[in-house]
Amino acid sequence: MQPVRRLEAVWFMRVPQMRRALLWILVLALGFFLLMPLLTLVLWAFADVWRYPSLLPQMYSLKWWNWVFHNGNLGKSALWSFTTAPVVVLLAWVICLPAAYAFSRLNFPGKRFFFVALLAADSFPRFGIYISVATLFFQWGLIGNYWGVVLVQLINVIVTMTWIPTAGFDGVPRELEEAARDSGANPLQVFWRVTLPLALPSILVASILAFLSAFDEAQGTLVVGAPDITTLPVLMYSLVANYPEPVGAVFSILLSIPNLLLLIFARRILLSGYLAAGFGVR
Amino acid sequence: MALLELTHLQKQYANLGVVRDLNLEVAEGEVLCLLGPSGCGKTTTLRMVAGFLQPDGGDIRMDGKSLLRLPPERRPTGMVFQRYTLWPHMSVWHNVAFGLGLRRRPRAEIEQRVKDVLELVGLPEMARRYPAQLSGGQQQRIALARALVLEPRLLLLDEPFANLDAQLRERMRDELLSLQRRVGITMIFVTHDQAEALVLAHRIAVMREGNLEQIAAPDEIYNRPATRFVAAFVGTMNLLEGKVSAGQVIAGPFRFPVPSGLKDGETVTLAIRPEDLAFASGGFPVRTVQVANLGHYRRATLQTSEGGELLAFTGGEIPSEGLVQASRVLVYGASGKLAGVLEPQALAQVKP
Repeated sequence: MQPVRRLEAVWFMRVPQMRRALLWILVLALGFFLLMPLLTLVLWAFADVWRYPSLLPQMYSLKWWNWVFHNGNLGKSALWSFTTAPVVVLLAWVICLPAAYAFSRLNFPGKRFFFVALLAADSFPRFGIYISVATLFFQWGLIGNYWGVVLVQLINVIVTMTWIPTAGFDGVPRELEEAARDSGANPLQVFWRVTLPLALPSILVASILAFLSAFDEAQGTLVVGAPDITTLPVLMYSLVANYPEPVGAVFSILLSIPNLLLLIFARRILLSGYLAAGFGVR
Repeated sequence: MALLELTHLQKQYANLGVVRDLNLEVAEGEVLCLLGPSGCGKTTTLRMVAGFLQPDGGDIRMDGKSLLRLPPERRPTGMVFQRYTLWPHMSVWHNVAFGLGLRRRPRAEIEQRVKDVLELVGLPEMARRYPAQLSGGQQQRIALARALVLEPRLLLLDEPFANLDAQLRERMRDELLSLQRRVGITMIFVTHDQAEALVLAHRIAVMREGNLEQIAAPDEIYNRPATRFVAAFVGTMNLLEGKVSAGQVIAGPFRFPVPSGLKDGETVTLAIRPEDLAFASGGFPVRTVQVANLGHYRRATLQTSEGGELLAFTGGEIPSEGLVQASRVLVYGASGKLAGVLEPQALAQVKP
């Protein structure tokens, strides 16, 4: 109650109408802030002529959509994107989920050190890392190589894919695991039937974030994958640099489709079953 | 032969309290309550029986065979926990059927046994619900059903009602009592709630700092607490410090001959139940300081002429001043052990 009372020290906060009006102003400002760039993006994607100082494009057309879809590299890049990002997530599961379980449930020397050390890759400028990674990869013959691209994208998802599931495993009460053992489950069965399902929402969230981060990764892929492997974001960078604005806009919209689908999918999973029952939205 | 035997059981440095050289037996069909303040080792003991903790020494035997080498999933015990009892991602039905499924029982048998046990705990219509849709009391009843459906030899309950509100706790306790008396299952029940222990248990084991203070039937625990600690811990008790001097015990208003086993100069503690104090024509003088009406009886705070305060529970008149007599006095020596019980005929000779 303390903060509310402090708020009421300002005169207009004592008037309910004023308070409601202020809330709406905040909501609108936030909406404006979030939606304006998106709206501009959509307008650009369909604009043919849009010159300053006009608020709206002078002419609309589907010309640039046509152009992008008939660009010979689009299909190839999409193929690269959709064959790298999911594999990155799969690899991250194999590497990070056991680590997350170990961080949460086991005690081993240097646990805290390793847990924090995962951040190391994020504490230096990314591009510097990519350059040194490229030097190493060059020696190992991983430049312009599919697995080289997968590995460089993997760097970005390690922290997400370890930290979030660790919190997920931490959130599973020991009592629930013990109750399962008491009912006759061996440790492996406890993991599959109780621990993993309960940590699954966090793993799902981490996977989505990891997929998006791998899917949108451009710098590392550009450095390691060049010249043969151009994923969609890499292609977009080169198109944005060389073609008018609508091309970038069209591409952004195309790139956000998988993300959008993933979020809808995640929402459906998270809001079904016991989670929904727990939140009372079932 | 006892169903369960704990011999010289020890556990050091457990975060729920240590256990030092614990010996006890539980008979088939018996309800044993482990009672004590937090950190006394009661939960540690229970978790060692369930197999979640490995003892540092001693043995746990069931039907004469040691359980120590068996992991929890292979011990014939069922446990009900204090919190986080049900798996939230499974419906009630799946929670209860979980153990039967692991044992690969035929589907028809699982259906039947789940249905029977849900009826036993009085929640047959809840099978399709999820735990989050149940009240706290219902969740604990399902947890009980989940343990019972596997027909364990021994049911372990770790303060199962501690998180429920007082009224519900009382109802659950009565339900568990009638269920146990119907099914006849052997139980070890850990609690720090003495009312729960007194109602449910055939025998109560009072623990303190890893040691067994007393193990006896509830009546015995209440009426003849073996140590000063048990006297103070179970029920309401007036405790008076005193001394043995010149062949007499002197404590507050009381003077009486020394029971055997007490030495001259030894400090003693007298313990008197408030219901054993009553206004009478004889006795020692008191002044009534405060009276609280508790419905079916009244609680009087009395001040003796020495200045000490005593509590008395009575249904009778409470004058503002008068003479009070004790009908039963327990005497504890310096070691804390019960040295003697003064019954009315002995107290008749006591000179206040």
